[in-house]
Amino acid sequence: MSINILEMKNITKTFPGGVIANKNINLKLRKGEVHTLLGENGAGKSTIMNILSGLYSPDSGNILINEKPVSLNSPKDAIKYGIGMVYQHFQLIPELSVVENVILGIKQRREPFLDIKGSADRILEYSNKYNMGIDPCAMVWQLSVGQQQWVEIIKALYRGARILVLDEPTAVLIPQEIDQLFNMIRQFTAADFSVIFISHKINEVKEISDRITILRKGQKVNTVETSEVSKPELAEMMVGREVLFKAYKKKAVPGVPALVLDKIEADNSKGLQALKIVSLAVKKGEILGIAGVDGNGQSELVEVIMGLRKSTSGSVKVMDKDVTNAHPREILDCSVGHIPEDRRVSGLMLEMNLRENLILHDYHTVPHSKFLLNWKFIKEHAEKLIEDYDIRTPNSDVLAGKLSGGNQQKLILARELHGNPDILVAMHATRGLDVGAIEYVHKNIIAQRDAGAAILYVSTEIDELLNISDRIAVIHSGEIMGIVNPDNVTIKELGLMMAGSKKDTLL
Amino acid sequence: MIYYKKNCKKRLTNDSSATIMNKQIYMLYVHVRGKGILEAEMENIKQKPVGLLILRLFPPETAWKLLIQILSVFSALLVGAVVIKLIGGSPGAAYRALLVGSMGNLKAVMETLVKATPLIFTGLSFAYAAKAGLINIGAEGQLYMGGFLATLVGSSFGWMPLIIHLPITLLAGFIGGGLWGLIIGWLKVKFGANEIITTVMFNYVAIYFISYLVTGPMIEPPGTYPQSRPITDTAILPRFFQGSRLHWGFIVALLCVFLFWFFFRKLKVGYESRVVGSNFEAAKYAGMKPAKVMILIMFIAGGMGGLAGANEILGIQGKLFQGFSPGYGFDGIAVALVGMNSPFGIILGGILFGALRSGGNMMQMIAKVPISTIYIIQSLVIIFVIAGQMITLENRRKLLAIFRRNNGSE
Repeated sequence: MSINILEMKNITKTFPGGVIANKNINLKLRKGEVHTLLGENGAGKSTIMNILSGLYSPDSGNILINEKPVSLNSPKDAIKYGIGMVYQHFQLIPELSVVENVILGIKQRREPFLDIKGSADRILEYSNKYNMGIDPCAMVWQLSVGQQQWVEIIKALYRGARILVLDEPTAVLIPQEIDQLFNMIRQFTAADFSVIFISHKINEVKEISDRITILRKGQKVNTVETSEVSKPELAEMMVGREVLFKAYKKKAVPGVPALVLDKIEADNSKGLQALKIVSLAVKKGEILGIAGVDGNGQSELVEVIMGLRKSTSGSVKVMDKDVTNAHPREILDCSVGHIPEDRRVSGLMLEMNLRENLILHDYHTVPHSKFLLNWKFIKEHAEKLIEDYDIRTPNSDVLAGKLSGGNQQKLILARELHGNPDILVAMHATRGLDVGAIEYVHKNIIAQRDAGAAILYVSTEIDELLNISDRIAVIHSGEIMGIVNPDNVTIKELGLMMAGSKKDTLL
Repeated sequence: MIYYKKNCKKRLTNDSSATIMNKQIYMLYVHVRGKGILEAEMENIKQKPVGLLILRLFPPETAWKLLIQILSVFSALLVGAVVIKLIGGSPGAAYRALLVGSMGNLKAVMETLVKATPLIFTGLSFAYAAKAGLINIGAEGQLYMGGFLATLVGSSFGWMPLIIHLPITLLAGFIGGGLWGLIIGWLKVKFGANEIITTVMFNYVAIYFISYLVTGPMIEPPGTYPQSRPITDTAILPRFFQGSRLHWGFIVALLCVFLFWFFFRKLKVGYESRVVGSNFEAAKYAGMKPAKVMILIMFIAGGMGGLAGANEILGIQGKLFQGFSPGYGFDGIAVALVGMNSPFGIILGGILFGALRSGGNMMQMIAKVPISTIYIIQSLVIIFVIAGQMITLENRRKLLAIFRRNNGSE
């Protein structure tokens, strides 16, 4: 138990411009343990991982494997020493089968011929052993996200990994899959494999790991035995201050329905039906959460509301005005704010400066412009918003792409909320943000609710939805499985609904 | 650059250290990325006469880009010198002749501006499209179509006074190229046709269409030469001085550069275009009409190409004939690249390429270096500028690591 299979000594990594990603990190991984790296975004977890995988070389410090110093200069070295990485963003080729993905880049027994059959047998062996249910001949694009993750794990095992590094593995999984993953991890450790589990979700960390190393701002805060710390203690070490676990909010005072969807149906971009008879009503002064695993029609739902996708039947009403299939501008002009799904893809112009990003919806209105754009007003207004929303930037000349994720989201919040919209449609508003930023987003959204806005809040994080919503609608395959009250629903029930059981069948 | 050299030399003699150049570049780097723990070092630089005036004049990001741009052009000239040497010429003599031929006296300068004029228009053509995220390789075709419509209007209506006829003719040139570009925009929006491919194709269509016109329907009355009727005097762009071909088209070009700035900086539709170019999805989400914007932008970009053609016909050639453009449309791409799609940059880029063109003859006569060397240098400039733009953050990091190692500063 006391053998350190991996040891990192005084690892320091500085990026140009003086960003210290890791400073004097010490980490000891025992044989057969699950060791968690816990930290906010930007705490240096990924840098450690990239050092372990041979992508970055540390400025100073040593890495020891089985108590012998090694140098990891490329991913090949990492594999040689039995370090297997499972990245947050899968490194799979969807058009190839599972076997083909797994054996990619490995020397075959019978070069130059592929040994598909032998490899498939081995994959099946792993699959059965760990209860993954993977068909080695299936195409990767046909697999669910969870199964793709299993394939990534198999890939690592196949390459002889004794140390598995899992980077935020639960971000894309539904609760049942998370349980399955944890069972696998327990099997690994029982077989004397070691696991480095990277996460910022305290609940999971507490459940699965043996020891926890907490990182903050590139430095190690502490390494603790999981059994000896409480969740609030962990959270405090992680952010360096106490976190409000429960977003403070008053009881909702719902008013009249502001956003009403009536029997909406719509197709996705591939022409397949994505929404099936969706009827929802969001009242003024309430937050309606939409729960569901990614890709179950949430994007299409939001797009239909915002006029970005044509519905094939049904109607959308905003404050009693029929805006079904109206032009996006017309809908935005009905005092609707929209926090888009992916701030980098559709929310911001990364190569334009903050001013230009902030006027995205207002540029055509007085006083931002009459005939010509009034840059003087725009600049002053932008500077005021930057101050009001606490966007950390030297000035408004900075390009949006240069801001950190949290500040980018604040920029979007400033743009969407400063006009106090009657309706706010938010999707994954906290995705990829650290605890502090999440809290900030929640606080602002709740403030909008209290000011009487009707808010549709789409998220895949159950904890978050339970925290912020007044009601939660669960969506699966484009259908609403039911609407529940967050105060009297269990995570298990939500999980089952997210996996496709109707609310009525649960009881 | 002189400022830079002077100080560099001074420091070299002072320190007599071989790595001093590295230090300079490293310090520039520190200035550019100058944040965090390196801030102190940056303060240090500010107090010392390190040189590189650029650093003091521009914000870091811009300074970095500008420096890369300037270095790229100089690298191209350097490699060009090697090429000249390899073909048996004397680089020094060749470049001296080039400089004298293009900038040596007032007349040479004016001839450089003559050559720069169409390049500024075609550079604008590329830049308009590029700002909206489109790649317009079709300025050459648009130039021919602009020249065609300008000739049509310019060779008739001789009864009009110049003050009316000339603007109308220029407008015709704009519309000729504009409509040619508009079709590209429409094809893109309607069928998703890649504009790079369609614009290249449309170049051929336009060039051969003009060949057909001047050998058939538009041939001048006796039918001896394959060229159109001459432009009437009332549609000719007047020249400034006797003995120089510099004409009012240059002023029109400068005006268009101003309008380019005005369009993207002041007009709502200009802002929309930049949003479309920067993030198409965000433009849709914000309720803009990207399709409309793209068609409009392609119309204006085409119009700039058309003006290049009209300018060449009305200011220099006086009639339409086959192959009247020696590739101004294509050089415009390089002009825009060198000029980083900025108004001032396009003027400078136009003058640079104009100078290469106008100085080439002198180089051939005096230094006995064939004029086609100019095309090699032009290509080198393009290659180096594009390569320079590939110096991304990641590369910069690697550069920094190298400089650090050489300096032993850590």
